[in-house]
Amino acid sequence: MKQFDVIVIGGGHAGCEAAHASARMGASTALVTMKISDLGVMSCNPAIGGLGKGHLVREIDAMDGIMGRVADAAGIQFRLLNRRKGPAVQGPRTQADREIYQAEMREAISNTPNLTVIEAEVTDFIMDGNSVVGITTAKDEQVRGSTVILTTGTFLRGLIHIGDKSYGGGRMGDAAATRLAERIDDFGLPLGRLKTGTPPRLAKQSINWEDLETQEADENASMFSFMSTAPALRQVSCGITHTNEKTHDIIRRNLERSAMYGGHIDGVGPRYCPSIEDKIVRFADKTSHQIFLEPEGLGLETIYPNGISTSLPAEVQEDYVRSIAGLEQAKILQPGYAIEYDYVDPRALNSDLSVRNIGGLYFAGQINGTTGYEEAAAQGLVAGLNAARKAFDQDRAIFRRDNSYIGVMIDDLVTRGVTEPYRMFTSRAEFRLSLRADNADQRLTEFGLALGCVGQDRAAVFGEKQKQLASGRERMNRAEYTPKQISQAGIKINQDGTKRTPFQLLSFPDVTFNDVIALDSDLGDIPSEIQDQLSRDALYANYIARQKNDVERMRKDEKHLIPADFSYETVTGLSSELRGKLEAIRPTDLSQASRIDGMTPAALALILGRMRSMAKKSA
Amino acid sequence: MDTIFALATAQGRAGVAVIRISGPDAFDIGMGLVGDLPAPRRTGVRYVRNSAGEVLDEAMVLAFAGPASFTGEDVVELHLHGSIAVVQAILKELSQSTARIADPGEFTRRALDNDKLDLLQVEALGDLISAETEMQRQQAMRMLSGDVSQKIEEWRAQLIRAAALIEATIDFADEDVPVDVSEEVQALLGSVHSDMERNVQGYATAERVRVGFEVAIVGRPNTGKSTLLNNIARREAAITSAQAGTTRDIIEVRMDLNGLPVTILDTAGLRDGADDVESKGIERAVERATAADLRIFIMEPGEDLGIPHLTQDIVVAPMADTRSDNLPSVSGKTGEGVQRLVDDVTAVLSDRVQSAGLVTHERHRRAFVSSVQNLNAASRSVGNGPDYYDIAAEEVRTAIRELEVVIGRVDVENLLGEIFSSFCLGK
Repeated sequence: MKQFDVIVIGGGHAGCEAAHASARMGASTALVTMKISDLGVMSCNPAIGGLGKGHLVREIDAMDGIMGRVADAAGIQFRLLNRRKGPAVQGPRTQADREIYQAEMREAISNTPNLTVIEAEVTDFIMDGNSVVGITTAKDEQVRGSTVILTTGTFLRGLIHIGDKSYGGGRMGDAAATRLAERIDDFGLPLGRLKTGTPPRLAKQSINWEDLETQEADENASMFSFMSTAPALRQVSCGITHTNEKTHDIIRRNLERSAMYGGHIDGVGPRYCPSIEDKIVRFADKTSHQIFLEPEGLGLETIYPNGISTSLPAEVQEDYVRSIAGLEQAKILQPGYAIEYDYVDPRALNSDLSVRNIGGLYFAGQINGTTGYEEAAAQGLVAGLNAARKAFDQDRAIFRRDNSYIGVMIDDLVTRGVTEPYRMFTSRAEFRLSLRADNADQRLTEFGLALGCVGQDRAAVFGEKQKQLASGRERMNRAEYTPKQISQAGIKINQDGTKRTPFQLLSFPDVTFNDVIALDSDLGDIPSEIQDQLSRDALYANYIARQKNDVERMRKDEKHLIPADFSYETVTGLSSELRGKLEAIRPTDLSQASRIDGMTPAALALILGRMRSMAKKSA
Repeated sequence: MDTIFALATAQGRAGVAVIRISGPDAFDIGMGLVGDLPAPRRTGVRYVRNSAGEVLDEAMVLAFAGPASFTGEDVVELHLHGSIAVVQAILKELSQSTARIADPGEFTRRALDNDKLDLLQVEALGDLISAETEMQRQQAMRMLSGDVSQKIEEWRAQLIRAAALIEATIDFADEDVPVDVSEEVQALLGSVHSDMERNVQGYATAERVRVGFEVAIVGRPNTGKSTLLNNIARREAAITSAQAGTTRDIIEVRMDLNGLPVTILDTAGLRDGADDVESKGIERAVERATAADLRIFIMEPGEDLGIPHLTQDIVVAPMADTRSDNLPSVSGKTGEGVQRLVDDVTAVLSDRVQSAGLVTHERHRRAFVSSVQNLNAASRSVGNGPDYYDIAAEEVRTAIRELEVVIGRVDVENLLGEIFSSFCLGK
């Protein structure tokens, strides 16, 4: 029988990142997938990154993960979103060539030491008491592992809907994992049902591109990986078109034939990624909606029309698509569909993504109620690192709300649960000004080095950059200048008598690095990418200082660890509703408890009081 | 959850004493004492008996089924004869039941936990219980009834709307959302800002209503200041307290002046060449009088007492009974001019009360003031255009957090101890 440290079930974005992270940690790792050819497949739109999502990819990369590098190798339209706004809210994004992405991912996985790919359907877990110690495949083979990571995406009782037709499946053309779902039922975990949708795919040649607006790639591409410098592939543009009154009429007339409006779907869909049916019902006064026509690859014939996901019958899809400018002759290669699937309430998980009541089992990705490749991969990273550490008997590696979007996401999931598929937004991060895509390495690579998941190449690049940043920062803070000296250098400033360093001057929104070079020409020999980074750091310096209080308060509350066996029954004065939530979520500390929905300061004080009296008794 | 009990009225002999029992066993324990309970929210007269069956008192009994009660739990109230012996006997009987004596403020805390009151209302309840005058009562009631919380919720909702507009342009930049939302955001920020600022400005007065106005009587020695104070106190006001000041020369009399809480300060007569002890007294008099909310100068025209004279301060001549001129004057001895003086003082203070804001506690004021600053900064950033929305969003977020601290949504542990400890047992 085969024996591994870590077994990863599923080869999607969560599974690949998890297996890679575990292998980087030095754990012997097996990745078990139904089809090797499907490693890293993009089931939905062919794009990586965006706002919040791009931050996640940068953070994965800072930990030496693979998503960023693979996306850089497959990117065909790099764009930095919010380029004109401040760096804290800029998010890198790219269209990706679907086939090249898959090929690059397959290669990255197969070239990773310690990592074995097994093609099989997992049907059961091998249990030892209350702990998972391995898996059984459909061919009754057994594979043993100290820890197991489950990343089944939408395959758990997946149900595909097109109009009033529905059939089981995890993705168009692939079987659902129904037997595994039954096994998971036995664990008694809280399950829920979500849905998501995808638009019809169109044939490139059948679109009349002549009169359509286009959206070009950026001239200077912002890459995902701190190790990449420029795109590997030719950059292409997307087309833009719009729905019109006629489109809306067709959809309105056929609403009851839509799976969602016909009452065939029970799952809850995301509010921010509505189907075209939803858009037309909910925003009835809008006469037009924007559609991006995104190429799925350089050599591919398929176009992904972003903005018209649907669960209408195939013939209605054809009707409404052809009512749209440029798509009059469009040929549908694959109809759009909605998919419903089971997810596990992530409040049943710990912050390392281990299942609270089952030993050795980790969940990552869409199974935890999230949506998006990037969210899945980031969870894969967390589960991979932690499953490996657990196999080596090491402590949990926890990401924090004040050091990463990964930390924000995990904390949101395990503390607040989900009510719709969870997608990352920059507005979810209360420390947004310090959690930037540009400084992901400064925030996390050190942590990765300490955990042992960062390779030598990156360690060297990172070390050199840190040295240059430190030296640049030191030089920028060495001398102080009077307002008079500053205005003589051509910088507009209040004559308020306050002396300022060049770094402090950079925190003014209209002061650029060139301005401070005018003040001290020596600063000109700081390398330009270091100049840029220092400017971005300086811009928010005052706000970040202000946020320090909040961070400290959070850390103080985090020090009040709530024992795992803490009995909320013994806390008098807690409402039964809060008590129920606390027992289900089992916060690890007072800070996490304070973020539980409906928590009151009085209840926190009661818990703290009870913890203190327990500590006194045991002392 | 424990069932708790306590004497809800003041300790000591009184006409009526109320014992309150709250918690899951309240009805069982109540029945143990009085037999059957009246229907919820109805009164019933019952004998209260100890476990041996002896009658301890005859009481009016009220039962409230949770959540329709003060604490949100089942509650029984025993309205007893206010005899120390009766109360003691019944408390002793209760302490042998499954219930325990309540901690200070525990009934209120349970009300807070069960969402019967919010944090502001808890503070208001404290104010109401210690209110001595009509104005104080009205102000506390405004807060207790949730007016203030409602106002804050309104502001919060508007700011969340503003934040949402900004965040939409940030997080959905690649979708079909407006790029520039500055106009609507500015309108929202501006409306909250001016409303909040008005309330902050009215804080000083509102705080005065809560703790009382100080009115100082100043003048040369032997102008009849003390006689005047005695006259006002006797004729116009219910004296609520009278005590010698820390210096032997300032007498403070706290009274209810037409509903306004007022402390009248009788200060040492101001004169030169006094001895050491008297000089000290005069120094204090000048200091207190200057700091007071209003001054009554008893003096002849043209005199300078060395105390700044503010617009609304009142000037009257002394010894109305012996004067022959037509100057406004007052005499404590005969009462001449006293009513007019009191009317003038009331008019000035009532006028100020009109501007009292919803902000009555320093804790709230601090939060609102920093919220206002954040809104100013947010507004400046929004004014610079969509490129600066990242900063604007941060400021709005901070402003919202400040408001949430006031309603007690977030991290206010430390403050809770303070709020609850200011309650006496059983409230």
